[in-house]
Amino acid sequence: MEDILEIAGKKIKNRLFIGTGKFSSYQIMKEALMAAEAEVVTVALRRVDTGIKSENILDYIPKACTIMINTSGARNAEEAVRIARLAKAAGAGNWIKIEVIADNKYLLPDNLETLKAAEILVKEGFVVLPYMSPDLSFGRRMQEAGVAAVMPLGSPIGSNRGVKTRELVRIMVRELKVPVIVDAGIGKPSDACECMEMGCAAVLINTAVAISNNPVNIAKAFRLAVCAGRAAYLSGIPEANDFANPSSPLTGFLR
Amino acid sequence: MSFYDIYVKYKELSSDPEIEKLSFLLSIEAESNLEEMAVKAHNLTLKHFGKTIQLYTPMYLSNYCDNQCIYCGFNIKNDVERKKLTLDEVEKEAQLISSTGLKHILILTGESRERSPVGYLKGSIRVLRKYFSSISIEVYPLTQEEYAELVSEGVDGLTIYQETYDEKAYNKMHLSGPKKDFRFRLEAPERGAKAKMRNVNIGVLLGLNDWKKEILLLGLHAKYLQDNFADVDIGVSIPRLRPQVGGFKAISEVSDKNIVQIILALRIFLPRLGISVSTRENPAFRENLLPLGVTRMSAGSSTRVGGHTIGVDEGAAQFEISDSRSVDEIKEMLNRKGYQAVLKDWMLL
Repeated sequence: MEDILEIAGKKIKNRLFIGTGKFSSYQIMKEALMAAEAEVVTVALRRVDTGIKSENILDYIPKACTIMINTSGARNAEEAVRIARLAKAAGAGNWIKIEVIADNKYLLPDNLETLKAAEILVKEGFVVLPYMSPDLSFGRRMQEAGVAAVMPLGSPIGSNRGVKTRELVRIMVRELKVPVIVDAGIGKPSDACECMEMGCAAVLINTAVAISNNPVNIAKAFRLAVCAGRAAYLSGIPEANDFANPSSPLTGFLR
Repeated sequence: MSFYDIYVKYKELSSDPEIEKLSFLLSIEAESNLEEMAVKAHNLTLKHFGKTIQLYTPMYLSNYCDNQCIYCGFNIKNDVERKKLTLDEVEKEAQLISSTGLKHILILTGESRERSPVGYLKGSIRVLRKYFSSISIEVYPLTQEEYAELVSEGVDGLTIYQETYDEKAYNKMHLSGPKKDFRFRLEAPERGAKAKMRNVNIGVLLGLNDWKKEILLLGLHAKYLQDNFADVDIGVSIPRLRPQVGGFKAISEVSDKNIVQIILALRIFLPRLGISVSTRENPAFRENLLPLGVTRMSAGSSTRVGGHTIGVDEGAAQFEISDSRSVDEIKEMLNRKGYQAVLKDWMLL
């Protein structure tokens, strides 16, 4: 059976979501998105310019992709809601990654304000995916609010430090019914693979691809890592043991 | 408690590890390791800002000024043509600038509360917000309440330079006028941050005093603002004194090598600090500075009131610019150098 992630009725095969900031050009960004075979792409509304003179980032996103507008720059729920409404009015769709950050040092999200914005936007018909600090209680409240997925961070945005929050993310994966997508901090393909092995529904990556010396090739590498991790999760990963356990037991002939 | 309290205690704080760190980065010893510093600064910039450079342009609304700053073309004693744009003229400038694709505008006035009062700024902002997605101000220092009024009109950025952090030198450079109030100016950035500006940009005018002392205090001021206002992006500018109508000559020379060391030191000291390089610097030098830590550049600039519509040689300039390339030319250069020119990075909410 085909392995499909379904979010708000959208059937998604590729569990590698890509962010569009920090690239050296829109053309290179487009090539990386194609190499990743991205199906879900996040775009900050602050960067979208539908004016005729400037280049429009949306023109460089392959048509088949679902665009998820993020509320980058919002410092509280009210601003996040306003940005989401502006996005909808601009025709950028109704998938919203809520990003509420009032601390530019660590870029850690404000879960309370994020929850408030999620409650409002779900009621307004948005498909809401909140970026959040990994926390089971807030995850449950987001779920009750009707979000389409939750997106806990692996480590601070742009830090490339990997899945430092693994134990908390693992608890969220185990306990929540909505998909858990690790967003932020993933620095290398093996980090993405680890998220998928632990049962995350998808990963969202931006900086590690955008600032690579070869965004196209590393996008492919992330694609492969996500596939590998997902396949491993679906296959069931044997538990680790403290001691050796021979593949060909010496007394196997007695069975 | 404000930055002024830290400023007056500065000498006592000399054993502070943060001060020692920045002092070392600005030292002669560090100067002999610029390449190593450059590699580190480049990587930090890449991580925090990616391969992007934010573009903006200044728009001068008025050059009426009550101050007597000995280094400035708008000095009240200078016999230059004074002009203030009408709102219709503001609109014409806005149309022309926005036709270049720029969405970030920095509006400037001389310091005259009488000629360009807050009400005039508000009127201009209402015109500009039809054309731009980010509006910053570089005007005389305001009260927190006045900054908040402008924020509610749509302003998201504040630029204000202390010029020099040496209070004695400051007093000698500013002979008369409201700008003589060193402390009111020094505390303006934090008043702006409290008023919920999104970006606060501070600076010194290099050439007025020993650059190492100035950059040390600029760095400490930026750190203070970052530490105390976590939701505000803090940036710096490090303009070098340029020729202007008053003929004032730099007291302290700042070489290209010094500028490089300054950018590297500030980047390593404060990895997420915005660093602007204006058209005061020449094209080749601006391009060479790109990978070292620069995050913002002005483009298509004029330092004359109404300079975008009246022509480049008419009217009094605040100072002469060195890089007169158009927005398209700057975008093309950035693309060639492997950088994305970011023309829009905010929207009016």
